[in-house]
Amino acid sequence: MDQYIQAIIAVIAVPLVLLGYIYGGEWIIERLPERIQLWIRPYFWALPAIGFATVFMVYPMLKTVYLSFRNGADTQWFGFNNYIYFFTFPDTLISLRNSLLWLVFYTLFAVGLGLIIAILLDRVRYESIAKIAIFLPVPISAVAASIIWRFMFDYQAPGTTQTGTLNAIVTGLGGQPVAWLVNSTTNNAALIFVGIWSITGFCMVILSASLKAISSEVLEAARMDGANEFQIIRLVVTPLLWPTITVVGTTMLINALKTFDIVYVLTSGAYDTNVIATQMFTQLSNSHYGRAAAVGVVLFICVVPLLIVNIRRFQQQEEQR
Amino acid sequence: MSVDVTAPREATGSTSAVATVSNWGYRLQRLPLHIVIIFFCAIWIIPTIGLFVNSFRSLQDMNAAGWWTALFPPHGFSLASYQQVLNTENVQASIVNSIFITVPATVIQLTIATMGAYAFAWMKFPGKDIFFIVIVGLMVVPIQMTLIPVLQIFKVTGIEGYLRVWLAHSGYGLPFEVFLLRNYLGGLPREIFESAEVDGAGHAVRFLRIALPMTLPAIASLTIFVFLGIWNDLLVSLTFLGSSPQRPFTVVITSLVTSLGGGWQFLTAAAVLQMALPLAVFIALQRYFVRGVTAGSVKG
Repeated sequence: MDQYIQAIIAVIAVPLVLLGYIYGGEWIIERLPERIQLWIRPYFWALPAIGFATVFMVYPMLKTVYLSFRNGADTQWFGFNNYIYFFTFPDTLISLRNSLLWLVFYTLFAVGLGLIIAILLDRVRYESIAKIAIFLPVPISAVAASIIWRFMFDYQAPGTTQTGTLNAIVTGLGGQPVAWLVNSTTNNAALIFVGIWSITGFCMVILSASLKAISSEVLEAARMDGANEFQIIRLVVTPLLWPTITVVGTTMLINALKTFDIVYVLTSGAYDTNVIATQMFTQLSNSHYGRAAAVGVVLFICVVPLLIVNIRRFQQQEEQR
Repeated sequence: MSVDVTAPREATGSTSAVATVSNWGYRLQRLPLHIVIIFFCAIWIIPTIGLFVNSFRSLQDMNAAGWWTALFPPHGFSLASYQQVLNTENVQASIVNSIFITVPATVIQLTIATMGAYAFAWMKFPGKDIFFIVIVGLMVVPIQMTLIPVLQIFKVTGIEGYLRVWLAHSGYGLPFEVFLLRNYLGGLPREIFESAEVDGAGHAVRFLRIALPMTLPAIASLTIFVFLGIWNDLLVSLTFLGSSPQRPFTVVITSLVTSLGGGWQFLTAAAVLQMALPLAVFIALQRYFVRGVTAGSVKG
């Protein structure tokens, strides 16, 4: 019962405390000399946000880099041993390979299918209903999606009734049932597909929004010049959508690197399906903090190019403001 | 005249016979398009329907035949799985936990983010650009990079239970929210703030009486987005709450999935319960929802 009271107090108290902070702080600041006011006020306003970002992100990032060069118990320096472990141990190398697979196929298919579906739906009258169907998996958590797909991938011994949808189709067509999540040739593809299924609606909605922004005059002009639909898509629509495609693409690349839930719930990383993020969690739960930190740093280094792209794009936007 | 309201534009105005012929030809030509779309929609919607149907079947039925057989009589629908899930240890408590984690965490981070965004949008201070670029950078930093030190902070300071995830979610969510709200706030007309300043309104009044009400649409979309993000979260709760009694529904479902060898099928009901809220929110607030999801990217 105490916890519930705690939660209710938090919901009411936090805005009240901040309100008090704003009024109380402003009351004090307004009584200071003008010059100090100008100097101190912005920091006063930005302090809670900057404080949170510092305590929960900036400081931990630096500490993680530090920990990655320490041994598991954080008692002595460990050189590059944690990194050497990561890049030589077969198990972690497999997780690196799998993350690469996620990076390529998840991104390619999520953006590609999102684009194709957006273009196709633009041409039919039942667009809004079809969009709901494609978008439906987006609000569903990875945990629930994993249970949904456990049923799709369910496997029973050959000869018995297949209760999994996919294997029922496969055997219905005369094939042998496949243990999708166990078989190491299919399991990574299966997991990546669940990821794609969850996110395509997101890509579609964004791409569709900028597709609608292309003026119909441009398309009419292309049609007048005798271009067929495929040429229009390839030569007119895709180049015009390119800025949006890169934005969605970078978001998907980051998503692919961060992938954790789907793998953790569906296979727990067994049968060679670990990715970098699940690998890190395994090391963390085994209290190998040094190794876990090194995995985190590797993950971060992978994100750095995307981080730079994002900051560049932000700066360009700022110049246009 | 052809009475078909779906007749394509080119056909209108021509005589009935010609219209019908070209209409059919046009339709036939578009048939592959419809088939491809229906195929995609089917792949995207059937798995969820399958789960939903299965959640109303008994364990024996689920093991005996696929969910599609229940579409025809005898259906054999029952609430057994739901009863079993709700009677499983920790499940009911964890659903309550999910609510008591999500609501305060959402309120805390959005309040702080709005205030910070106001400073970044309407105040000048040295280092502002650098601070903001750091925030833009932080948006893409994988939270894995921060888990261990944050866990250590909690251990050292003795922070336990809900407070851990409230604070952690707030820290991780802030960069994106500050970024988004600052862009929105910065787009408000400057004249309003200037005339308020001339009238002697301090920053507190300008923020609470002008900026906040005008930003409400953005905050509403963001609230839905943030709320569902925390409701659906697994990694943060798993790391900071692990097996504590305050752990949310997602963590309990996950531990049941991974610990149960056979007989996990009744978790269909758990999955339906877990996704009921997000789907209800999505269907009820579709426009806000999609706006919230896309806001960050479309802004470009």
